[in-house]
Parts: sequence; structure tokens; C-alpha cells
Amino acid sequence: MFELSFIWAGIIAFAVLTYVILDGFDLGVGILFPFAKGEQEKATMMNSIAPVWDGNETWLVMGGGGLFAVFPLAYAVVMPALYMPITLMLLALIFRGVAFEYRWRTERWKPVWDAAFFGGSIVAAFMQGIALGALVQGIKVADRAYAGGWWDWLSMFSLLTGCALVVGYSLLGATWLILKTEGSLQRQMQRYAWLLGGGTLGFIGLVSILTPFQNPEYFDRWLNLPGSIFSVIMPGALLATAWALFAGLNAGRDGQPFFATITLFVLCFIGIGVSFYPNIVPPSLTIVEAAAPDKSLSFALVGTVVLVPLILIYTAYAYWVFRGKIDPEEGYH
Amino acid sequence: MFDGMTAETLARFQFAFTVSFHIVFPAFSIGLASYLAVLNGLWIKTRDETYLTLFNYWKKIFAVAFGMGVVSGIVMSYQFGTNWSVFSDKAGPVIGPLMAYEVLSAFFLEAGFLGIMLFGRDRVGEKLHMFATAVVAFGTLMSATWILSVNSWMQTPAGFSIAENGQFVPEDWWAIVFNPSFVYRLAHMVIAAFLTTALVVGAVGGLHLLRDRTNKEARRMFSMAMWMVLIVTPIQILAGHEHGLNTLEHQPVKIMAMEGHYESHPEGWAPLYLFGIPNDAEQRLDYAVGIPGLGNLIFEKPLNKPVMGLDTIPDEDQPPVGIVFWSFRVMVGLGFLMLGLGAWSAWSRFRGRFYDAPWLYRACILMGPTGFVAVLAGWITTEVGRQPYTVYGFLRTSDSLAPVEAQAVAASLLAFIIVYFFVFGAGTFYLLRMMNKPAATPRLGLRDGPIRTAGITSIKQINPDSIPGE
Repeated sequence: MFELSFIWAGIIAFAVLTYVILDGFDLGVGILFPFAKGEQEKATMMNSIAPVWDGNETWLVMGGGGLFAVFPLAYAVVMPALYMPITLMLLALIFRGVAFEYRWRTERWKPVWDAAFFGGSIVAAFMQGIALGALVQGIKVADRAYAGGWWDWLSMFSLLTGCALVVGYSLLGATWLILKTEGSLQRQMQRYAWLLGGGTLGFIGLVSILTPFQNPEYFDRWLNLPGSIFSVIMPGALLATAWALFAGLNAGRDGQPFFATITLFVLCFIGIGVSFYPNIVPPSLTIVEAAAPDKSLSFALVGTVVLVPLILIYTAYAYWVFRGKIDPEEGYH
Repeated sequence: MFDGMTAETLARFQFAFTVSFHIVFPAFSIGLASYLAVLNGLWIKTRDETYLTLFNYWKKIFAVAFGMGVVSGIVMSYQFGTNWSVFSDKAGPVIGPLMAYEVLSAFFLEAGFLGIMLFGRDRVGEKLHMFATAVVAFGTLMSATWILSVNSWMQTPAGFSIAENGQFVPEDWWAIVFNPSFVYRLAHMVIAAFLTTALVVGAVGGLHLLRDRTNKEARRMFSMAMWMVLIVTPIQILAGHEHGLNTLEHQPVKIMAMEGHYESHPEGWAPLYLFGIPNDAEQRLDYAVGIPGLGNLIFEKPLNKPVMGLDTIPDEDQPPVGIVFWSFRVMVGLGFLMLGLGAWSAWSRFRGRFYDAPWLYRACILMGPTGFVAVLAGWITTEVGRQPYTVYGFLRTSDSLAPVEAQAVAASLLAFIIVYFFVFGAGTFYLLRMMNKPAATPRLGLRDGPIRTAGITSIKQINPDSIPGE
């Protein structure tokens, strides 16, 4: 039987992945912001994401709001479990979000808002990584509620995934800037991308090795069908993507490193999906259990099927409008 | 700092705090987005540069206010889960999809077209830019529609059943979305947003007219704002009255609290209290000043019909009367001041003194923030008046709380308070500084906006001494 809840799990997963990729590169730009040389490069970096960051962050609201709508139990369990990392992420997003406008409105406090932009970006990325690690470790549920302690989310593993996401987002940011800039800033980002690419691959390897030890079920899922198919494909796909990334950097191509990095993220995301399925909140809450009644799922699905493709079209259009290299002189007629 | 307070009290205070900060920005940006669409449309139609200058001026103010609205709104979408997870689990199947529709049909629309509206006029041409501007305005209204449907359902729930696991299960989506108080609340709030914006625009126009009567942008915006205040205030008072009658029908206890009616009037002739100090412990209104019979008339009831009071309601089902009673009076009082301001402006226009009326300008500056105060007072009335329930009559606030420790809520509350006052305080300062400059200022708030990168030279040209407030 084809369950509505599985369609919805797919849609939520798509929203989260879209968020990770889109806000990933603009958070990454924020993390790299202090490394810009001079005001003009700072302005170029920020301008490369100014018209799109707001739309990117909307996918986070979609992920949270969507979870609330169709998997209210998962939402009700995860949010208290990740109380502190979520709260810190939200506060960090406030700082970086307002910095986009505030830094142009003051001269004296500009360094303050530049610091807020960097600090907010890196803390948000780190907290998202911690949240992911805490989910992989598993969340205790009893009687339709979170049953664990307030510091359960904090572990060596979640700190590791936190660092991994900071490095991964930085790679996304660096490759985005390679695509959108030229000259010395682009060359600088190409150098960074080598380092960050190596770092990201190292973290992927480390997290992949440690993940099965968080929960023995993860072993089974990767060793038995259908998960074992991915066990065969995944290493090859990762290697091919890594090659595409570094070859693109080596050849000085503009777009290839960015799209290779996106592919890396997609592959890792699929890997997480293989580990989790059929749970939505490991180790015990399944997709079916957490789902809202069918009447909620079908009502929300009607609009989603119509509106999400439209959203993707006009989002693509907005990116198209602001395509090409950032011209530092633009608007200076 | 929060010693001895329960997790429930702290979580309520946290929600009240974050939502109060948040509502201020949408209240402004809903009205301003529509105003921008009108200005841009008039520019395209008339080719009068004044409209373009005004558009570019308010556009930058909008960008800052909208940014603050976005980031404070993201917090709201997660706070349901962190502090009110039991409510989320139970009410999620009904209100969750409505909020998902808000994200899909409003947030994405706003975010997708905002960039084009702010930075894209030269890139996409006038027509598409106008389209983007209109879409942003439409998005803000869609957002208001969905979230007010959610709020109204919590006030006047309809179209659901309750499952064995305690979840509210949707039965009839039409009845859920168009629940009994939805249309009234939506009308009242959207008009409030327009009025709030008109008062801000009027205050800014008045300020610059006070300095320079010949400032043509100031004249234009002041005139537009005063027309708006004149026409919309009476409509708002009427909409508020209708909303009140709707509340009387569906949430009579809230009305008893708003009116300070502790005692029943079985023979009719219920008073309308103008003043009084609600005393919940003794269940009476101290120092009451009331007009007998007017209570019946305001409810559109014959004078001899009975009006019931809080003495018919168990204490544990009553909202805190003092807050509701006073916040309601603040809102209504400000509404009538706005009505007076509109009348004053009309009289001044009629006398031909409209562009030489310093006292009117001063009054407008004074009235500038009152829209926000009225919006907040109105929301406090309706939200506190709904207590002790989250889903009115079905789910108590005390049964909605997440399994959180008081310390965790207290720590996050403290963090929110510090961050909000710092971040939004700075933002308000920048907004006021922009408003303090005339619309034709070429470098409003230092620079034109993020993408209009001026490069290094222009930054060096700016003399920090010339920036007011720096």
C-alpha cells in the first residue's frame, strides 16, 4: 500500500535538502566573510547572496512548518530534545539576517554587524550540525513526548558533525564565490576550496565510519537490501564527485566545483536517509507513527503539489535575474 | 532573575515576548508593501518623479523592517515545538497544514520577489518590477490570511473531531479555515496594518513639512497618509465593533472581561464602564465609572435584555480581567484619537491650510507610533482574553506545555530578551534615522542598499561627521 506519509517524508526530506544546499552556501559565505581583503571584497561577497538569502532561509521555515503540519509528533519530540541547539541557531540566524541590512546603515558600527554576520553564520552552521548528530544518535521517546535529558544532544559525535557541517558549508560558500566572482577574490577562494574540499571529504569519511556505532540498526540497514545497494554505489559516487570537484578546481572552471559540492551534499543526505529509514526520528519513531491523520496529509499535499513546482520556477527565475559575476560597480550609474 | 516562576509562566512570557516583537514588523510591512505597490504604480502611470523618489525612500525602510520581520518570524515557527510541544502534537494536524500553506503561498512568494523588487528594476524592466512589487504586497496579505485563520481557529475552533490519542483531527477544512471569527479578525487586522503604516507615513511627512513646507515628497506622502487615516479609521472602528459582536457570540467570557462585567444584569441596563480597577480576588470592579444601559446598546441588545457577567463563570475558567480590561481601553482610546486626527486633517484641508498646519504636523508625529501600540493592545486583549485555553474550550494552556524545565525556559527567555532588545533596538534606531532624513536624500542611511555596491571610493568619501547620530 502506498502511504501518504511516505510521500510526505519525501517532500520534507526534499525541503530540508534544498535548505541545506541553498542556505548552506550563503552561511558558508558568512563563515568566509572575515577572510575577505578590504571593503570592496566584503561588499562583493555579501552582494553575491543579498538578493537570495531570504528565499533560501524560507526553506528552513518550510522544513519546520512542514514537519509541524504533517509529522506533528516528530516536531513535538525533536524540538524539546534539541531545545538548546535550536534556540542558539535561531538567535544566530537573527544576527546574521539583520546584518545584511544593518551593515549598510552605519559606519561606526559596521565592524559590529560584520562580526554578527560571521558569528551568526558559523554558530548557525555548527548548531545545525550538532542537531544532525544528535538525531543520528537517537532521541528518547516515551508516551508521545521527549523523554531524555537537557544535555543529551551534546556528545563527541555531535560536536564532530557540527564541525563537519561548518567545513562543508564553507566549501559550498567558497565554490559559490568561485562561480560568482573574479580576480583575486576568486583565486583566494580556489585556494580555500582545495583545503575545504579535503577537509569535507575527511569529515564525511570520519562520520561515515562512526555513524554505525551510534546504533547497531544502522549496520543492518547498510548491510542488507535495499540499503546494501547504496553500500556498493556510495563510495564510488563519492570518489567520482570528489574527482569532479578537484579537477574543476585544477582546471580553473567556474561552475564545476560548486555543482560537485552540491552533489557531495546530496550523496551524504541520501546516506543519512538510508540510515534513518523507516524511522523519522531514530531510534524508534517511524514515519507512519509520527504522521498526522490522512485528512491533514491530503489537504496539505494538494497545495504542495501545485505550489512547490511554482516556487522552484520563480526561485530559479530570481537566481537567473541575478546571474553572472558580481560587478562591484553595479548600480553606480 | 526568574526564580520561583514555573515553566508554564516562563514559556507563556517567552511566547508573549517574542510574538509581540514579531507582530510589530508585519503590521508595518503589510501596510508598507501595499503602499509601495501603489507608489510604484502611480510612478509608472504619471511619470511624476515624486512617486519614484518616495518609492525608493520607503523601499529602503521596508527592507530593514522586512528583514527584522523575517528573522523574528523564523523564531515563531520553531517556538511552537520547543516550549509548546504537547499543543503542537495535538493541534498540529489542524493548524499545521494552514501554516504550511502560509509558507508555500506567502513566504516563498515574498522572499522570491523581494530581491527583484529591491534590486532588480534595472535588470528586469519596469513592468516585471511592478509585477514583483505587487506580488510582494500580495504575499504579505496572503501570509496575514493564513496565520489569522490559524489564530482564529484557536479562538473559535470548528470542523474537527478529537481522536483517541488526544489529537485534533480535521473533518471539514472549509469550516476550519473559515471558522466563525476568521473573517472578522482578518478584516480588523489588515485594516490595522494599513492604518499603522498610514500613521507612520503621516508622521514622517509631518516631520519634514515642519522643517520645510515646500518639500514636495513630504507634501505628497503627508497628503496620501491623511486621506488614508481619514477614510480607514471609521471603517476600522466599524470592523472592530463587528468583531466584538462576533466575540460576544462565540467567546462571551472574553467580552465580560473586556467590559469589566463581573456582575450579571438579569434585568438589562448593563453599564458601559469607562473607568474602573478590576479586582479579580474580590470579583468586582473598584472605582467604577459607568454609563447605565450603554452596555446593552453596544452589544446591540434591547435595554431590558439580560447581560451576563463573570459571576456565572467558574474562577478557573476566567481570563485575567485587569490586563484585558485595560488593553482593550488603550486600543479603543487610540482608535478614537485616530478618528480625531483624520477629522482634523480633513478640516485643515477644507480650510486650505493643509500645507501650513504646524500643529497638525506635530500631532501626526505624536500619533506616529500609536498604530503599533493599538495593534499590540488589541492582540493582548484577544490573546489574554482567550485564557485559560490555547484551543478555546478544548485544550487548556496548562495542558499544552512541553516537558521543559523552568531553567531551560528561563535561560532561553533571558537570551531572547537580550538579543531582541539589542538587535531590534539597533534596527529601530536605523529606521528612525532613515525616516529623519528627507526622501530626496541621495545617500539615505549611508548607502543605497546591498547590491548597489559603490566600491571603495565612495566609502572613503563619506565623512562620518556628516551622519546624524553617528
